[in-house]
Amino acid sequence: MTTTPTPPVSAPTNPLFRLGLWWDGVIDRYNALPRLYKVVLVLAFALFVYALPLVRPPLIATDRIDFGGVMFACAAYALIALGLNIVIGYAGLLDLGYIGFYAVGAYTTGVLTSYHWAWPFFLALPVAVAVTMLTGVILGAPTLRVRGDYLAIVTLGFGEIIRICVKNIEWLGASAGIKDINHPNTIGPAPKPPFDPGGLFAIPRLEWNGITPSLDHEHATHFLVFGARDAIPYYWLLLTALIVVLLGDRLVKASRVGRAWEATREDEDAAELMGVPTFKYKLMAFALGAAIGGLSGAFYASSQSGYISPDSFPLATSFLFVAAVIVGGSGNRWGAMVGGVLVAYLPERFRDFADYRLLVFGLALTVLAITRPEGLLPPRRTRRAKMMEAEIEQLEEGPVDA
Amino acid sequence: MPDTAKLLEVDDVTIRFGGLTALDSVTFDIREGEILGLIGPNGAGKTTCFNVMTGVYQATSGQVRFDGAPLAKLKRHKITKLGIARTFQNIRLFKSMTVLENVMVGADAHSKVGFWDALLRTPRHRHTEEESTTRAKELLKIVGITARHDELAANLSYGDQRRLEIARAMATGPKLLCLDEPAAGFNPAEKVKLMDLIRKVRDQGYTVLLIEHDMRLVMGVTDRIVVLEFGRKIAEGAPEEIRDNPAVIAAYLGVEEDEDAS
Repeated sequence: MTTTPTPPVSAPTNPLFRLGLWWDGVIDRYNALPRLYKVVLVLAFALFVYALPLVRPPLIATDRIDFGGVMFACAAYALIALGLNIVIGYAGLLDLGYIGFYAVGAYTTGVLTSYHWAWPFFLALPVAVAVTMLTGVILGAPTLRVRGDYLAIVTLGFGEIIRICVKNIEWLGASAGIKDINHPNTIGPAPKPPFDPGGLFAIPRLEWNGITPSLDHEHATHFLVFGARDAIPYYWLLLTALIVVLLGDRLVKASRVGRAWEATREDEDAAELMGVPTFKYKLMAFALGAAIGGLSGAFYASSQSGYISPDSFPLATSFLFVAAVIVGGSGNRWGAMVGGVLVAYLPERFRDFADYRLLVFGLALTVLAITRPEGLLPPRRTRRAKMMEAEIEQLEEGPVDA
Repeated sequence: MPDTAKLLEVDDVTIRFGGLTALDSVTFDIREGEILGLIGPNGAGKTTCFNVMTGVYQATSGQVRFDGAPLAKLKRHKITKLGIARTFQNIRLFKSMTVLENVMVGADAHSKVGFWDALLRTPRHRHTEEESTTRAKELLKIVGITARHDELAANLSYGDQRRLEIARAMATGPKLLCLDEPAAGFNPAEKVKLMDLIRKVRDQGYTVLLIEHDMRLVMGVTDRIVVLEFGRKIAEGAPEEIRDNPAVIAAYLGVEEDEDAS
């Protein structure tokens, strides 16, 4: 009797699986480092991300559209995905109207800093976050009692209601929108047009000729001037907010609160019977998600253009937010952020195919949904479960052919 | 029969779902420190009875009192905090959480840690977290699945999942632990181990309510038994009395002519 060689039980060969494994490897290697190295590594990575719009790496940088602006959009989407990930990924509440919170944050900022009052941005920011959070509680308190699909429909309605209300309320600028929204306060001397760009100092950006970089003093970024000329300071500010939220997310998730969210997502009745006040935690997730959406909206309103209108908040964008979380990997904060960045970046990078980009995006989503329903970078535990499934399948298939 | 204080009193409880009477004027009580068996043929209303006690259903009439206070209208998680915990007939674990996390969710039931504690990492957060972890690990040891604490709950074997359910329920710090058919799907050897576990749990100071089909297990481990049939209590007493009770035999085996149909 010939012994049939048992097929080696290896990881699935799907490249996306390998992405997950690679990521696990990165995390493991990072965790094994001494503390000092970790700190240095994280700081270096952060510095790199901050410097990205100045470094303008070839192939990555967009040449048709201001790269700083694209990076700002990426950071904004990453922040939104991070907030929505709390709602969808942790607590398992499908919120299709997240753009409503984004709009509330943006409009609160617009009204406070330009349309009716002239508050400085940093005073309006916490108010915008608080107002959005309150909106989340007001929407969540009655609707979080319904489950699953119903919640999706209610939130969908909310997103649309906000847009239509804004469009029709004169006090909020109606269709014309709000312009001249206050930018964040400039640090250092204010710019005096047309010749003095202001700021404490200027940082030149890199210009690439093939693979040889050179300093481009012409397009320097002035530190820290929030004006209409340069999107990079806005990017830095937003990135800082993103990092703060990321740290908070990490702390809250690894606690009783995070466990309560996950238990509620997994089995609401069982969670309730194990002493989890599920409604309270669902509302908390919803309100936190809303607050982060509002934060992102406030930054969006006060960004380079300082202009918002009802058309800035279409429902389609709301689906894009959900897509970002799902594509990236619902439940994993890094996955969600990657999803957010991709969703913002890819259409800008491939502007040449602008006419087809929605088509391509839709196709890509479909393919991903079929081949990788749990997203590009799902939580490690989901990957572990999947791997085990695949292994069992292999073992079961193995001996049969003998 | 131990004559200790009544922990839970089911007082004349009736439940109707539309025209169906699932429980009909059922009255019994559970005394502190005992293992009470609740048995009856399929559809007798055992799980319904469970659901009334844990607040899943509201009684149509009658009252359930725990430690002397009525449970009606209390939110389910509040009932858990009062000290009633349960397992599920069809296992309902938090599948994509690890074994340890599952138990910690239970252990969190009495935690006062909130969002700000977690965000600011207050000393209270640290203490509670340490306590919960220690407690969860102890419980895993008691039910005997310590080695698998880092595994996903979904990846456990069937028996271990049942054990995990018991640990998770115990973690909520109950006075009364309700086990809904914990031996379903177990082989005889596993059942013996489960009996030992249930006794061990009782010796730790818990009162246990056991719903079970397996007569040997029920007879072997309980102090008293309540028998339900078609929503009515037909017998109550020590295991020996129940074994010889003609009404119970009739309920389980049918009346005399059908005796061989067992």
